[in-house]
Amino acid sequence: MTASADTLGPPRTSVGVLGWLKKNLFSTWYNTLLTFVTLWFLWVVGSGLISWSLTSARWDVIAANWRLFMVGPFPPDQVWRVWVVVLFVSALFGVSGGVWGGTVRTFTMSLAGGYATLAVIALFVFPVSENLVWLLANLVIVLAAYFLARGRKGLQLWLVGAWLLGFILTILLLQGFVGSTWLPEVSTTQWGGLLLTFMLAIVSIVVSFPLGVLLALGRRSKMPAVKVFSILYIELVRGVPLVTILYMTQIMLPLFLPGELRIDNVLRAIAGMTMFTAAYMAENVRGGLQAIPTGQIEAAQALGLNNALVTLFIVLPQALRMVIPAIVGLFIALFKDTTLATIVALLELLGVARSVLAQPEYLGLQTEVYIFVAAVFFLFSYAMSFASYRLEEALGVGKR
Amino acid sequence: MATDAKEIIICKDVHKWFDRLHVLKGINLTVKQGEVLVIFGPSGSGKSTFIRTINRLEEHQRGTIIVDGMELTNDIRNIHAIRSEIGMVFQSFNLFPHLTVMQNITLAPMWVRHWSQEKAEKIAMDLLARVGIPEQAHKYPAQLSGGQQQRVAIARALAMQPKIMLFDEPTSALDPEMIKEVLDVMLELAKSGMTMLCVTHEMGFARAAADRMVFFDGGQLIEEGTPAQIFSHPQHERTKLFLSQILH
Ligand SMILES: Nc1ncnc2c1ncn2[C@@H]1O[C@H](COP(=O)(O)OP(=O)(O)O)[C@@H](O)[C@H]1O
Ligand SMILES: [Mg+2]
Repeated sequence: MTASADTLGPPRTSVGVLGWLKKNLFSTWYNTLLTFVTLWFLWVVGSGLISWSLTSARWDVIAANWRLFMVGPFPPDQVWRVWVVVLFVSALFGVSGGVWGGTVRTFTMSLAGGYATLAVIALFVFPVSENLVWLLANLVIVLAAYFLARGRKGLQLWLVGAWLLGFILTILLLQGFVGSTWLPEVSTTQWGGLLLTFMLAIVSIVVSFPLGVLLALGRRSKMPAVKVFSILYIELVRGVPLVTILYMTQIMLPLFLPGELRIDNVLRAIAGMTMFTAAYMAENVRGGLQAIPTGQIEAAQALGLNNALVTLFIVLPQALRMVIPAIVGLFIALFKDTTLATIVALLELLGVARSVLAQPEYLGLQTEVYIFVAAVFFLFSYAMSFASYRLEEALGVGKR
Repeated sequence: MATDAKEIIICKDVHKWFDRLHVLKGINLTVKQGEVLVIFGPSGSGKSTFIRTINRLEEHQRGTIIVDGMELTNDIRNIHAIRSEIGMVFQSFNLFPHLTVMQNITLAPMWVRHWSQEKAEKIAMDLLARVGIPEQAHKYPAQLSGGQQQRVAIARALAMQPKIMLFDEPTSALDPEMIKEVLDVMLELAKSGMTMLCVTHEMGFARAAADRMVFFDGGQLIEEGTPAQIFSHPQHERTKLFLSQILH
């Protein structure tokens, strides 16, 4: 070190790739040893996995059961309805990417890339099929919607409405109507595969979010009845495993509800997951509520805002922003926990996997099937986690 | 300030306890419309607590407070009505960090006064010009200096067109070079005829703007008088001691 160190360039060895390697991987003899052991381990495992998956793995089990994995026992002649929903979602993603740009655009483009990749795979696996046509249609829709909507900020409010409307339309379209000729009813017991996984997760997420916020506010309420109810609910639900709650909603809900209000298996599973997630959601949100400085609330009150407005405009936006990572973590957990629905006989992605493996011709292909299922879950969980990371950054603008 | 102006704040024998701690011990004070009052005194003497009872951020437990003809009770409608007539500026600004400067200012006028967005934004722009930072309207509070933030806080309070403004040590959290820009805004406001209650130790401001000064100590109002009386002939030993400490 010299007195004028700040005017000197950094020593050669600490910059660039070599510098990084030396500093992080080979700084001491045991660090060097660790590096080599790790490399050897990665090579042994990785090369084995890669050569297995390229040579002896029988991926045809995935291709042959593709429809089952995607939609389960959904009637094959009605699968176009699922595709229409996907088209709608693609269009919404395209427009959203165009209007909002930034991270949403990254997602839109990843979606387009995903369709293109799947289309190429489909081309080799089932050369002439409607899947290929639908995939290409989706690719076109995403890109067209993106380029048409690019930069039109005025569409923002419409878009939020369209997403909410899309949610309701999706359920109506998939469910159909009793007695209708061209939209015959497809009862939820016939939903399955990734479709069911998504429906379980999305409906539970959408419903548990407001419930959780209300419970969190209820827990801090000055009205004793509301407060006691919220605390009891949260603590009771958090004290019970999700599996137990799923069994209870399967068996106990029908006992409480009047006979004509029979709700089906899927709804019962959704009810269980929603109840469960809402309690954890409430605790996360409460953490955010507690972190709001009292000065914020006092400043808002001093302006004459009533308690509802203070909560809505000042407390909740700041509290929710603080707990975004925790909330997304919760949603990722819920997404993966939908697999527990197999134990109440629902054929979501894991349920389909198990029923495929039960067929004699696919005996012994556990590895292929479970790797595929794991990869699908990883892909979507990672996408959510990436989105939350970027969202946090984007919302950091006004932080102090 | 005209001597026959109406009495806009009347406090009679106001007491306040935090648990067992007796913080306000019978405050009697009347403020006339258009009057500028400076409240000073040692830390912990109850100055903040007192001005916070006036818009009921703190509840008093004995005595009466009447603001603009309305008595402060637990009636929630009275409280909201009175709060929308009183602006408050805090030591730590308390701007809403997730809202832009413009949104900070227009929130209450739009949701409490039910003004249209155009009207609220027009008035907000006028106020930002008045406090000297019209170009910052679309920034977030974190992007402003402390002095600018406090001026936004003043504009936010003024946007409700209040009859009374409360200031709780508005310059204490500021770096020295930013104190003047905030005091200038307050001075201009005082000249415009606003009724103001200012807790502050800026004696230059008191000399220039105050109609009356009150000295708080130990939860009691010890002495009051015009700035001239207070600075040249303080009556009480404690006032003399305190002034000698802050004026060096
Ligand atoms: N929320 C509170 N809870 C309990 N004690 C408080 C609270 N706020 C203030 N006090 C106490 O009341 C007294 C007066 O405080 P304050 O009004 O803030 O004084 P000042 O503004 O003159 O410095 C102090 O002893 C302080 O510790
Ligand atoms: Mg104080």
